[in-house]
Amino acid sequence: MSTDVGTAPVEPRNVPAADAIPLLHLRNVSKSFGAVRALHQIDLEIPAGQVTALVGDNGAGKSVLIKCISGIHTPDSGQILWKGKPVHIRSPRAAAALGIETVHQDLALCDNLDIAENMFLGREITRRLILAEDAMEQAAAKTLQSLAVTTVSSVRQLVASLSGGQRQAVAIAKAVLWNSMLVIMDEPTAALGVAQTEMVLRLVRSLADRGLGVIIVSHNMNDVFEVADRIAVLRLGELVAQRPVAELDPQIVVDLMTTGRSSRIVDPLSDKTARTLDDQG
Amino acid sequence: MTKVDEPEPLEPVAPGDAELRRAAEAEAERAAAVVANAQTLREYVHVVYVRIRSGDSGVLPVVGGLLLISILFQSLNSNFLSAGNLVNLLIQGAVYMLLAMGEVFALLLGEIDLSIGFVSGIGGVVTAELVKQSTGWPWWGAILAGLLVCAVIGVVQGTIITRIGLPSFVVTLAGLLGFQGVMLLILGPGGSLPINDKIINDFASGNLTPAASWIVMVAIVAVVGTRMWVQESRRRSTGLMAPPASVTAIKVAATAAAGVVIVLICNTNRGRIVPINGVPWVVLIVLGVLAAWTFLLGRTKFGRYVYAIGGNAEAARRAGINLARIRTLCFMLASFTAGIAGIVYASRLRSVSTALDGGTLVLYAVAAAVIGGASLFGGRGRASHAVLGGIVIAAIDNGMSLQSYSAAAKDVVTAIVLLVAVTIDALARRDAAR
Repeated sequence: MSTDVGTAPVEPRNVPAADAIPLLHLRNVSKSFGAVRALHQIDLEIPAGQVTALVGDNGAGKSVLIKCISGIHTPDSGQILWKGKPVHIRSPRAAAALGIETVHQDLALCDNLDIAENMFLGREITRRLILAEDAMEQAAAKTLQSLAVTTVSSVRQLVASLSGGQRQAVAIAKAVLWNSMLVIMDEPTAALGVAQTEMVLRLVRSLADRGLGVIIVSHNMNDVFEVADRIAVLRLGELVAQRPVAELDPQIVVDLMTTGRSSRIVDPLSDKTARTLDDQG
Repeated sequence: MTKVDEPEPLEPVAPGDAELRRAAEAEAERAAAVVANAQTLREYVHVVYVRIRSGDSGVLPVVGGLLLISILFQSLNSNFLSAGNLVNLLIQGAVYMLLAMGEVFALLLGEIDLSIGFVSGIGGVVTAELVKQSTGWPWWGAILAGLLVCAVIGVVQGTIITRIGLPSFVVTLAGLLGFQGVMLLILGPGGSLPINDKIINDFASGNLTPAASWIVMVAIVAVVGTRMWVQESRRRSTGLMAPPASVTAIKVAATAAAGVVIVLICNTNRGRIVPINGVPWVVLIVLGVLAAWTFLLGRTKFGRYVYAIGGNAEAARRAGINLARIRTLCFMLASFTAGIAGIVYASRLRSVSTALDGGTLVLYAVAAAVIGGASLFGGRGRASHAVLGGIVIAAIDNGMSLQSYSAAAKDVVTAIVLLVAVTIDALARRDAAR
């Protein structure tokens, strides 16, 4: 199926202007649950038009971090800058209002509803209290087309009849439908076959090519290196590196994930301070 | 359906392009077979055939079952398909259909409401108490009060279920017992309260005149047919999923034919001493409730949210839907519809009495909804399923009465039919999950 999807080339990656204000900037964000320090002084930038992969071992704080961004948790300290302006994201609704959409690992789709119904769930278009089915169906079909999802023959198809990759595509399209600017994806390729993984990765790539910021949480080094422009490595609640993918290889990332340092990159300990603008250039 | 692969190895697996394309084509073909925008009648028939083969048989089993039941009982007793008995069957079945339409709201959530049998009794008792000579309320005031009491009961039960988080099974089981007690309390042991109001009694025993029957039927078919035609033509012209024009024409013609057949049956004289003919009022009541609940479930945000909660409550919650409110409303609508059924039941018996068996009624209602095609597991079901299932239950009940089987035998047969319907529902669900 992947052959039908995503006309964008996987390489080369587009490179935004070096002095651009990042779409999202976490500044010294910390979060503790009782005595457990889940996040400590995280300083992370998410540029628009790029895929940022968030990697780390279990318990490194990836989930807490994306929950802070999507409004499920509120940070204890630190600042979140959205397009350069400080914001407080207190609920998933607030995140959606800013243009931040999260695609959860379990996708949260209703099997008994069709694709269009799922994409508009909770935000249906109505005309005099009656659902405007035709308008929603057309908008859903247009969004799927713009994402080059062509394996779905009709948006009136029940989600129960879709494959894993198609379901992921619907969940992503649902996020895109609302003019979101940042899409967060939690393990989008877990539990997918080879062809379907390929399709989803192209979809992720095409989101970034449309100018959206994308955060992808993944355990799979193949996927990360195939799709990401930048990689941020978390370890025990701290951000140990955030670098363009060109400066890294899977072995370095695994080293960073497990030990917090890697002998193969220059000056790994000062990485936290050395990142920022020159990394993106 | 989704094949869960093993975690991928670190070495990239590079399947050939051809292989990928083949996989994609196979998948697309399968998907296309499920829903295809058929252009001609032939294609449409093919699509429907493929859909049935793939297990999505819609109302086909229940219609087939109804045919079988009709053939069976007709061969046993040639009175079964007589006009008089068919109208009788519709009037008897109306209570089951209305109760089942109420139960559908609970079933759609994946919950159950066991109390609606006795709640319908409460609706009947309140109405009867208010129209009796000594109270002297107008018939419409008494009915509104009866329905209001039922709606409040639904809100209370729904609130307990959703806000405290108790299982609906237990809360409504308490309701089943409690409201039976309340009925006994109001009517006194072995008590019965006759209804003398002509209009209320006419709900179940009054008929439209034959001429009025034709006029009402033509009006209903005209409205339904025009809507169907306009809507599907508009969808065709904008390139959305729609059946070909010939199929739309057939659907409109079938609606008209059904209307003509029903009116012809009802207009046949079924009286022994004085002529009785015309469509019973209760048929219009059932059609009215059917139209209202079909609209509510199919065309409004509320209905969409009910299906969403039944399909995946967590997804609905994340979509910002207020689960507690929608669930409470569903229990309210279930009890409200039960109230309508209770008033119709009282109208048929021209009285309310403590002989009302709310336990059997609620089981018949659940059976009717599930036989008609609603799922006990939530997320699937329509008001029309309740009506179809209600006809099946009424046909079994009526056919066995004609053969003068005992109530015990009827209970056993109905229980078996319910079990079979639930088994089919569970098997279909298991197949879908595979």
